[in-house]
Amino acid sequence: MATGGGDVIGDVVTWLTDPSHWTDTRFDTGIITQLLAHVRFCAMALLIALAIALPLGLFIGHTDRGRWLVAAANALRALPTVGVLVLLTVIISPQFQGRTDTGFLIPTVIVLVLLAVPPILANTFAGVQNVDPGVRDAASGMGMTGSQVLFRVELPISLPLIFSGVRSAALQLIATATVASYLPLGGLGRFIYDGLAQQDYPQMIGGGVLVAALALLTDLVLATVQRYVVSRGITGRYANERTAVPDSRLAVLPEAEVARG
Amino acid sequence: MTVLAADGASSSPLHFVEYFLDHRSEDLGLLWSHTWLSVVPVIVGLLIALPLGWVARRHRWTYPPIMSITGVLYTIPSIALFVLVPPILGLDTLDPLQVPIALTVYSVALLVRVVADGLASVPDETVQAATALGFRPLERFFKVELPIAVPVIAAGLRVAVVSNVSIVAVAGTIGLSNLGQLFTQGFQLSTPDAYYPPIVLGIVLCVLLAVVLDSLVVLLNRLLTPWRRAVAT
Amino acid sequence: MIRFDSVTKRYPDGTVAVDDLELVAASGQITVLVGPSGCGKTTSLRMVNRMIEPTSGTIWLDDEDTASMATHELRRRIGYVIQHAGLFPHKTIVDNVATVPFLLGTDKKRARSTAMELLERVGLPAHFAKRYPAQLSGGQQQRVGVARALAADPPVMLMDEPFSAVDPVVREQLQDEFLRLQQDLGKTIVFVTHDIDEAVKLGDQVAVLRVGGHLAQVATPAELLSRPVDAFVAGFVGRDRGYRALGFATAGTLSTRSEPTVATGAPLPTGSDDDWLLAVDGARAPQGWLDMRASAPAGATVTDGLLHRGGTLVTQGGSLRAALDACLSSPSGRGVVVDEGGALVGTITAAEVLELIEAREPEPRT
Ligand SMILES: Nc1ncnc2c1ncn2[C@@H]1O[C@H](COP(=O)(O)OP(=O)(O)OP(=O)(O)O)[C@@H](O)[C@H]1O
Ligand SMILES: [Mg+2]
Repeated sequence: MATGGGDVIGDVVTWLTDPSHWTDTRFDTGIITQLLAHVRFCAMALLIALAIALPLGLFIGHTDRGRWLVAAANALRALPTVGVLVLLTVIISPQFQGRTDTGFLIPTVIVLVLLAVPPILANTFAGVQNVDPGVRDAASGMGMTGSQVLFRVELPISLPLIFSGVRSAALQLIATATVASYLPLGGLGRFIYDGLAQQDYPQMIGGGVLVAALALLTDLVLATVQRYVVSRGITGRYANERTAVPDSRLAVLPEAEVARG
Repeated sequence: MTVLAADGASSSPLHFVEYFLDHRSEDLGLLWSHTWLSVVPVIVGLLIALPLGWVARRHRWTYPPIMSITGVLYTIPSIALFVLVPPILGLDTLDPLQVPIALTVYSVALLVRVVADGLASVPDETVQAATALGFRPLERFFKVELPIAVPVIAAGLRVAVVSNVSIVAVAGTIGLSNLGQLFTQGFQLSTPDAYYPPIVLGIVLCVLLAVVLDSLVVLLNRLLTPWRRAVAT
Repeated sequence: MIRFDSVTKRYPDGTVAVDDLELVAASGQITVLVGPSGCGKTTSLRMVNRMIEPTSGTIWLDDEDTASMATHELRRRIGYVIQHAGLFPHKTIVDNVATVPFLLGTDKKRARSTAMELLERVGLPAHFAKRYPAQLSGGQQQRVGVARALAADPPVMLMDEPFSAVDPVVREQLQDEFLRLQQDLGKTIVFVTHDIDEAVKLGDQVAVLRVGGHLAQVATPAELLSRPVDAFVAGFVGRDRGYRALGFATAGTLSTRSEPTVATGAPLPTGSDDDWLLAVDGARAPQGWLDMRASAPAGATVTDGLLHRGGTLVTQGGSLRAALDACLSSPSGRGVVVDEGGALVGTITAAEVLELIEAREPEPRT
């Protein structure tokens, strides 16, 4: 029964590097197909969640109306995801003549959206709220309309927090979409639950490796996008200026220098 | 209550109370192991995170590597971490320690940053004043910096505990006996017709557990920081 | 011109921040609102660009009722500078300055080149343009704030404690530059401060408000210092107001006596009628006083190290305050008078300045 650590890792590597596991066969769905299915659920849920939470968070933050919505969304986090997933499946799937894929897909996407909304909503709201009141005051004081203040000032300044909300939402989506394979639904979790059921541990652990890799890659991609989207004035990465300015220490030079000018 | 009890086999969602009473000892066992799994890893995680956070704060060069490593660990989905822990640590594939270890790793990953941020929230003047008063570094850490960092650390603990309750339920789906089992049972009993009581019971108990543990952390925080109440009132 | 016509502001909680204010801020002049904390300065200022709406009354901008204009259009015609500048952290300095021109749809290139000129005007070197606000000190940010408010060349500027968040030395520099800038630009400016010294220094006209939003007095700085209208204003204007008022009284052409001098670098003179001898440089600009009582080695020359430099100078035609201060701060007791070019004219004593002060028109006391 007990398998030593060393050969398990070898078996997992063998499982992962076997080309026949990557493509579909007559009996099994391959890694690529499951990966695409996994990414599809997550992307769909993330887009829906963004479409709900981003405008809502911006609106609540900008107008300071409807704070209770943020608190309510936060309270959702105490719900056990698996439980809600099973509950919704049991309610919804019978409506689709037994357990078809759609019958599982809809509750899964609902749960994923429920999961992704709170972090995006809370962070967007907090981002807009945290904008320095002086900055907001200056913006409207110089004649920006409400939407100009929101889109030209509050949104760009909130981006770091919004991104961290989106990143944490994306990670939770990938994790929970894995658990969704606990229902008979595609995705990388299939390998984990099938491997467990068939006592095929290399497959189970290989599935774990794939899920972890997808999560890390996704976070890396989002972090890279964030790097390019968020202004350097906010992130504090002024590296490029160093070449333009004769001496980078000038950045912290006291008043005296200008006074002389 | 008596009316409900008369209708023993009902599958209505509201009959979870009765389901609980019918399977009381079994369900209490699940609740107990769920509680244990939610709490112990956070405590162990905090004990590991404290020195790590202290190092990250004290030696600035260690901050980026410590934060990236814990960041990567925190990124890995729970279910993947569960199945990856045994081969990495050389344990049996379904070792009873796999889930507690994975949960501890999570708690450490989350709490190291929290501890470092909490220590960073201690005003520089305070640290310098303590040093000037003659505190040695370790003494200063336990008597000055740590107490002041408690509110930030408590906020992190609340997140860790609440999310742990949900993650432990995930472990139920790979066969561990905890409240997650109620969902598996409910799912299996729902063919061909929906049978809600165990599912609803599981959700209710999980939420209750999360709320109770969260309140305990809040309470602990208040007990440990009496000076903040003095300011608040 | 901005005219407050019986303007009142009552906040929803019942606080009356401004009570029936009547005030005219003349075109091309600096009108300073000053008063203790909470007296309604900010509220009055922000009602002009309708960041706050008056409860009753009218504010006229030239001959237009501000209430009849679209708020964002009104605000684009009014420059607005606040404490801590409120710069946009995500935009470079040059783009911060060009914000309003961008809003007005000005061509980007032109807006940026105007912005660069403005940065130069407020005393920021060109290499600051591509930086972000976080890379600037507080005083530098405040200059950018002023440049940003000037970018669309608005005829009117509102400034709410713009210089209060920087240290006293920088504040003084910013004030001097601001006055120089205003001399060129001639904007209609309403300036809020709680610092009476700043008010007196910058204002063409100073309005003192008291808590509850009542206007206590509007006057020129000199009048305010010499004729405070009641005990509140007198108390607010402060203890040294008599002395400070001298800052607004020109001394006329001072009749000086000639002063024996020695050139710096020359051999140290021995024996003198007086304990103090004035040292001047090649251009006859005063350098400091030499203490003739101190023993010096034979053959020494007049060097910087031997000079007492404590004294201030008064320019011929300067204020009585400057003249008196030159006397009081001089180690010899004689105030040094110089011409516009900084060359020595002669000296004057405190007694002589006091005679000039006595000779002024007598003023009623409070
Ligand atoms: N939004 C508001 N709601 C209620 N009261 C307000 C509000 N804003 C200001 N006040 C009150 O109105 C009065 C005037 O406030 P204002 O900000 O104009 O004072 P100020 O003269 O600018 O003071 P400071 O020098 O402290 O800036 C104060 O008593 C203040 O508490
Ligand atoms: Mg104010």
